[in-house]
Amino acid sequence: MNVELKNIHKHFGTVHANKAINLNIPTGTIQGILGENGAGKSTLMKILSGFIQPDPGSEIILDGKPVVIHSPADAIKYGIGMLHQDPLDFPPMKLLDNFLLGLSGGLFPNRKEAAQDFNLLAREYGFSFDPESYVDSLTVGERQQLEIMRLLFLGARVFILDEPTTGISAGQKEKLFATLKKFPDQAMTVIFVSHKLEDVEHLCDRVAVLRGGVLVGETKPPYVTSKLVAMMFGKEITLGARQPAQAGDVVLSLKNISLEDVRLKIKNVDLEVRAGEVIGLAGMEGSGQGMFIRACAGLTRPVGGRISLNGRDLTGKSYHTFKRAGVNFLPAARLEEGLVPGLNLIDHFVLAEEPKGIFIDRAAGQKLAEDRIQSFNIRGTPLSTVESLSGGNQQRAELALLQTPLSLVLLEHPTRGLDIESVIYIWSKLKERCKQGASIIFISSDLEEILQYSDCLLVFFSSKVSQPIDASATSVEELGQLIGGKGWADTGDEHA
Amino acid sequence: MTQETILIGLAGVLAAAAPVIFAVLGETLSERAGVINLSMNGTILLSAMGGFAAAYTTDNIVLGFLAGMLIGALVALVVAFASITLKQSQVAVGFVLALTCRDLSYFLGNPYMGLPGPRLQAIPIPVLGDIPVIGQLFFRQDPITYISFVAIFLAWVWIFRTRPGLMLQGIGEKPAAAFIRGANVNLMRYVYTVIGGALIGLAGPAYSLAIRAGWMGTISGLDGIGWIALSITIFGGWNPSRAAFGAYLFAFLQWLGLVLQPVLTQVPSQVLQVAPFPLMILTLLLVNIGDAEWVERALAAMPENTRKIMVKLLRAMRASPPAALGVPFERD
Repeated sequence: MNVELKNIHKHFGTVHANKAINLNIPTGTIQGILGENGAGKSTLMKILSGFIQPDPGSEIILDGKPVVIHSPADAIKYGIGMLHQDPLDFPPMKLLDNFLLGLSGGLFPNRKEAAQDFNLLAREYGFSFDPESYVDSLTVGERQQLEIMRLLFLGARVFILDEPTTGISAGQKEKLFATLKKFPDQAMTVIFVSHKLEDVEHLCDRVAVLRGGVLVGETKPPYVTSKLVAMMFGKEITLGARQPAQAGDVVLSLKNISLEDVRLKIKNVDLEVRAGEVIGLAGMEGSGQGMFIRACAGLTRPVGGRISLNGRDLTGKSYHTFKRAGVNFLPAARLEEGLVPGLNLIDHFVLAEEPKGIFIDRAAGQKLAEDRIQSFNIRGTPLSTVESLSGGNQQRAELALLQTPLSLVLLEHPTRGLDIESVIYIWSKLKERCKQGASIIFISSDLEEILQYSDCLLVFFSSKVSQPIDASATSVEELGQLIGGKGWADTGDEHA
Repeated sequence: MTQETILIGLAGVLAAAAPVIFAVLGETLSERAGVINLSMNGTILLSAMGGFAAAYTTDNIVLGFLAGMLIGALVALVVAFASITLKQSQVAVGFVLALTCRDLSYFLGNPYMGLPGPRLQAIPIPVLGDIPVIGQLFFRQDPITYISFVAIFLAWVWIFRTRPGLMLQGIGEKPAAAFIRGANVNLMRYVYTVIGGALIGLAGPAYSLAIRAGWMGTISGLDGIGWIALSITIFGGWNPSRAAFGAYLFAFLQWLGLVLQPVLTQVPSQVLQVAPFPLMILTLLLVNIGDAEWVERALAAMPENTRKIMVKLLRAMRASPPAALGVPFERD
């Protein structure tokens, strides 16, 4: 289907989120929409998928016919389906119920027929699903496949994918891309929204770049990364060279650590982390990294082994003891675990300080917040509530909340969902901490991030933990294999 | 105790549970859509009073039941309007309504205190009623008890077997996902809250026109039933059949308290009267025990096979509330 967007405007109050956007997407193309966080990509896609209405005067033209799309259900009738970043499915339901929900038909759905349709569709597109299993037993990547299948069944001819590669493994990404690449042959149009350059370059036939609500340009392959970056940010940005650590004394020492929960058992891990060192933890989501980093934070008690920090034995001590000893943990769920929604930045900074008496010194809090906002380049005011900040600014706020001095920073997906400018900024702040003598352990599903910023890394695969691997001596390919469970015998499998 | 008295007692348990069944089913529907109707305790009292007053004045027992349903629906409409349209806290609004409706029932019900009014009679069903044991238990009841049996079945079929029921589950679980699948989320929330309210409103007359006929004001003994029904909704895991089991269990425990009194003379009678309440709390605890960290640790230490069975068992027992319960839906 040919999708034409003509003169799209959208105001939210005083914010002009989309400004006169004109874009023509021919049938059978994979169109990339690139832009940093807050560039207006999501707004544009929400307009096309019927979630929100554009300002009067904007036009959407499908196969030459102007249409008005009132709702997402309306959009799918026109053949436009959207895959949301966090799949809009029902985790506690059976796959079949999730599939049936919203399909039209009689009062009593024919489950047998629906299961046949489901299986047929799955086979056609090479997915393997059991309709009687539950959605919450699937990974995010599988849930995306499920949603794609549902949209196909509903007759989608245009697929909008919003940041689909955030939170899925490298292998699942490949599978997703393979599926998408088949779509143009069936006269389907794909709109791929992302801030990740390598994904867009890898997949898309054409790319449109948005910046500050304006479509600043379109390009075709071969792509020049530096040019795309310049279009996205209005200036040149480079990652810079790797900065290996000047390792100091041992900060954290794990001896023979074993961890257990209902699903996983990790046995006998030894690790020494030196001051200034950055350790990356790679692996499929749920392979034990989360449990491991929580054990380092004092949140999970190991079933065996010793943990010591700067020579002091902290085994079995509480999270607060760890925190007082200089360990800070920034979890992946920023708004659920890291920050307090509803409280503003002043409240957060005041809370994080050592309390002086029972009453709050508002004036000092204001001053503190202003200082931190400036030194951490947070786009917001002291009175902004944390949930009103963008993801990148929330992460900056979390960094600004870290205590000083600090021995160990633990981070879970520190840059997930952030654009490259924020990523570079956040890591520059973290590297400053390293220079001051702190060590960092972080989890990431982005292998390039791990290779770029860590000195040494551990790979987790179904309860197995690799020996420390030198980050400068390995590659994305090698890591990808390890994460997928290949090549474990020759990298030291004694933990199995 | 002879078999005959036990059967009569158990048949009484089924009848005594009927009002709780209606209340629990109504609350289940409402909460499945994402709206907590916390006014239940007050609604039951007000509809008991109103239902009795209507039936007494018109001398028409059916009108009494309809009046109860209308009262329940109206109170639910206030909850829906405040929480869906005005986006206020469902808990605060519901709680205040619970107190207001209770006091309103005592105040407005004064003229009807202790009056002899109409009472629903048992209607044995021919043939079925003559089946030994089963007939005595199920088919010699009054009409409202029959309706409670049917209501359990209908509510279960609606939620788990029909398309609109599936959408109802979706609305309470993730309204945004239900919305992209074509649901008018807020309208549906209104509809289910009001229908649920009408069911809760049926519980009142089921007391005042059947099992505890008449209106006795503060000594009606109905205050507190609504809170019990609320906890049974949770115990029932938002599933009509499980909720019905909870209601029957509660009625059974109450009956047991009465029956055991003459036998366990050394136990103070107050203990037996109060016992059903802590027992219900214990059951609630048991249902959600799988989430506790020490249980997870204990599970992790078990041998693989036992562990798998236990995890399955706990998962089957565990009842997680609709994820969007109490959360307003806004279309971005």
